[in-house]
Amino acid sequence: MLTYFKNLGLGVVTVLNSMRVAWRHLFTPSVTLQYPTVKWKMPERSRMRLFNKIDDCIGCSACARACPTKCITIQSEKRGKDEPEIYASDGTVIKLRTVVYDIDMTLCCYCALCTFPCPTKCLVMTGEYEYAVYDKNDHIYHFAKDKPMTVKAPKEQSTEKA
Amino acid sequence: MEADYSGDIMTINMGPQHPSTHGVLRLELKTDGEIVAEAIPHIGYLHRCFEKHVENVDYPGVIPYTDRMDYCAAMNMELGYVLTVEKLMGIRVNNRVRCIRIIMAELDRIASHLIAAGTYGNDIGSFTPFLWCFRDRETILDLFEETCGARLLYNYNWIGGLMFDFKPGFEKKVVEFIDYFEPQVDNLNRILSDNFIFVKRTATVGIMSPQLAINYGVTGPNLRGSGVKFDVRKDEPYLGYQDIDFEVAVGKGEHGPIGSCWDRYMVRIREVKESCKIIRQAVAQLTPGDVQESIPKRVKPPAGEVYMRTECPRGELGYYIVSDGGLKPYRLKVKSPCFTVMSVFQEVSRGSMIADVVAILGSFDIVLGEIDR
Amino acid sequence: MESIAQLLRLMPKYDTLPGLTQAIISVLLSCIVIFALLALAVLFLVWMERKVSAHIQDRLGPMYVGGWHGWAQTLADALKLLLKEDIVPAATDKLLFKMAPFIVFLGAFAAFVVVPFGASSFVTDLNIGVLYIVAVGSLSVIGIIMAGWASNNKYSLYGGMRAAAQIISYEIPSAIAIMTVIIPVGSLSMVDIVNAQKGGFQHWFLFRNPFIFLAFIVYFVASLAEVNRTPFDIPEAESELVAGYHTEYSGMRFAFFFLAEYANMFLVASVATTLFLGGWTQVLPSSIAHQFIPGPILFFLKALLLIFIQMWLRWSLPRLRVDQLMYLSWKVLLPISLVLVLGVGLLTVYW
Repeated sequence: MLTYFKNLGLGVVTVLNSMRVAWRHLFTPSVTLQYPTVKWKMPERSRMRLFNKIDDCIGCSACARACPTKCITIQSEKRGKDEPEIYASDGTVIKLRTVVYDIDMTLCCYCALCTFPCPTKCLVMTGEYEYAVYDKNDHIYHFAKDKPMTVKAPKEQSTEKA
Repeated sequence: MEADYSGDIMTINMGPQHPSTHGVLRLELKTDGEIVAEAIPHIGYLHRCFEKHVENVDYPGVIPYTDRMDYCAAMNMELGYVLTVEKLMGIRVNNRVRCIRIIMAELDRIASHLIAAGTYGNDIGSFTPFLWCFRDRETILDLFEETCGARLLYNYNWIGGLMFDFKPGFEKKVVEFIDYFEPQVDNLNRILSDNFIFVKRTATVGIMSPQLAINYGVTGPNLRGSGVKFDVRKDEPYLGYQDIDFEVAVGKGEHGPIGSCWDRYMVRIREVKESCKIIRQAVAQLTPGDVQESIPKRVKPPAGEVYMRTECPRGELGYYIVSDGGLKPYRLKVKSPCFTVMSVFQEVSRGSMIADVVAILGSFDIVLGEIDR
Repeated sequence: MESIAQLLRLMPKYDTLPGLTQAIISVLLSCIVIFALLALAVLFLVWMERKVSAHIQDRLGPMYVGGWHGWAQTLADALKLLLKEDIVPAATDKLLFKMAPFIVFLGAFAAFVVVPFGASSFVTDLNIGVLYIVAVGSLSVIGIIMAGWASNNKYSLYGGMRAAAQIISYEIPSAIAIMTVIIPVGSLSMVDIVNAQKGGFQHWFLFRNPFIFLAFIVYFVASLAEVNRTPFDIPEAESELVAGYHTEYSGMRFAFFFLAEYANMFLVASVATTLFLGGWTQVLPSSIAHQFIPGPILFFLKALLLIFIQMWLRWSLPRLRVDQLMYLSWKVLLPISLVLVLGVGLLTVYW
């Protein structure tokens, strides 16, 4: 009999306590960020979209070897001895011509393991996160600008002869 | 949802798509009216062949995969793996790495327990604590994002060190957060843990006796909720936890029999407060140093096998690695604490009502990523 | 309503119609006016619920639709529901399936004809007003059972049965709590009850009698269960196993259930205002000031206060289990309300 009234009292008291806490929260400022109009400033170490400054890339494939999901595809060929020497922006000589440098962002797991072994630090993770696309193939980023010379050379010979 | 009628026992399916946020778990309930005769869990909907997959990835590349097992407490998953490989290779890290690892692991423990408390309240019907817990969790994730760039899957603990050092002034932010956060736990208690309705719904259901828990190999807050004082951080200390002063929270059965859902839930809330204590001490013990000095150039452990266990927020996490001396693990096996808890779920939920099955499942705090791997 | 009757008399040839037709036309027009105002009120209440819940949870709620704090959000949602495909599952009992939302809706809206919003702002003054409200309010139970049965879904049936059991069990303490107010007044008419509370807050039944104060609390709690609000929202619980009686409904049919819930909330708050808080009469004692806020607006504000408390309870408390719900109704609220009736009766006779 006594527990009946004790439970009743306890119920009322704890319910009122919960209500008091909820009341106080009516007046605390809300933490919502109204997204499309207000955007959060990404911290400098953010790991979002990958970007490769291809002019600095020396084609060593260290990033492709480090990637756990194998999302980076690199094909490079040796630059000929007669071609002029080119340098990356920190002075390293570029010995390989990067013909194919594809990053498939749908495979990327955003671990940044590829950015650490890069000798010239040309591969970085930027803070850009709004890159949704309609076609899955648009997520494969092609960074390489060079064309393969070994394939072009025979064609040039044939045009000379003709 | 299908219902077959054969005699007295009706089979109801609580399908893989759940309104509660535990993951893809299928519960086959054999009910007799309102009472559950059997609750058989069916798992495997999130199996991603983790253990086979990592045999093709080199040791540092396994760390992103370990993140994705228990995505709510990724720092602890990485920590377990990294400590196992360091034990195999005999690497010793300096004090700064040790303290930072402790701070990150305990912050992630707080974040994980906040999810547990919030979603449990959501299951029971109280929608507000869910959002308050996530608001506090967002601050923790912001701290992580500043340090390593990611909010949920960090790849921060590396073999022999860490990915980045703290930014200058970070320790102050951590202590500020802990100062702000400890009173919020009392708020949470007022709206949820001490609420009469919540207590009545959880303190008399899901009773798991200590003997049953030990027989099934349950660990972590689920075991401590039944009154057994076992914590890997105290009984087999790693990372120098023996130099840190904290208490092991144990369920005492204040509102009902020991080992009820309320006890398990309350152990998590008390652990959050203990984690705050640990973080303060770890920040005080921080010394300057280089966090990347012990990272080997190439991770090539000697041939052999090793087993290492750590205390993740859901229990005792164990990693067993067999190495053949190469660059990739020969075999990696994970002992997942949630997997053992699912095996005891059937015993504990026998005889309860259908509405209590949800309460019991929520009190075990499972993450399907860890169960299925 | 007198103002509508006056307006109608201005129409040409109105006086030539027989008296019965005149009565029917004026009552119909009043009903339409009240219905329109109610629909607006319900739309406002849905928006208010979203805002109150958002601010309790440290978020913002609707902000975008319509400009200032998303006031047009409910309109947009109602439009969206109107445009949805009308799915009637093949194996259901078609007639019952289609009728169920309307009956639930009817149960909520039909009771408003006797609620006095102002001194002369009511459709009719039935001399059994309170009894009418209690009776019509139980119509919605039939609608719920129809919805649960006609959906041809074991879970909807289960949910419908639970909802029906819950509503029926809680009608008893709520009706007995209402009785405690009727004893001092001596009449079942709503208008008489409000007139007995004229003159300021000291005449309100809430403050006249400690038993009636407790009866107000009993009525409030019981009415929460009538409306299926948390902590009594087992029939609507999403994270429970049972899906509820309105799972098979989509589009406008679902909107009817939804609107009926909010209309029911408003009804219960209006009845509580009329019986316990003095209805449209003034708050300040008549010795200090005359009534300067018009009756209907004051009535609406009082009902809004009670609705706000209902919403506040929803977002602070967890859900009761079915057997605990039944325990609360039969073993706690019913004995307490019987004791209160006894107390009020004794107090009225001997004091």
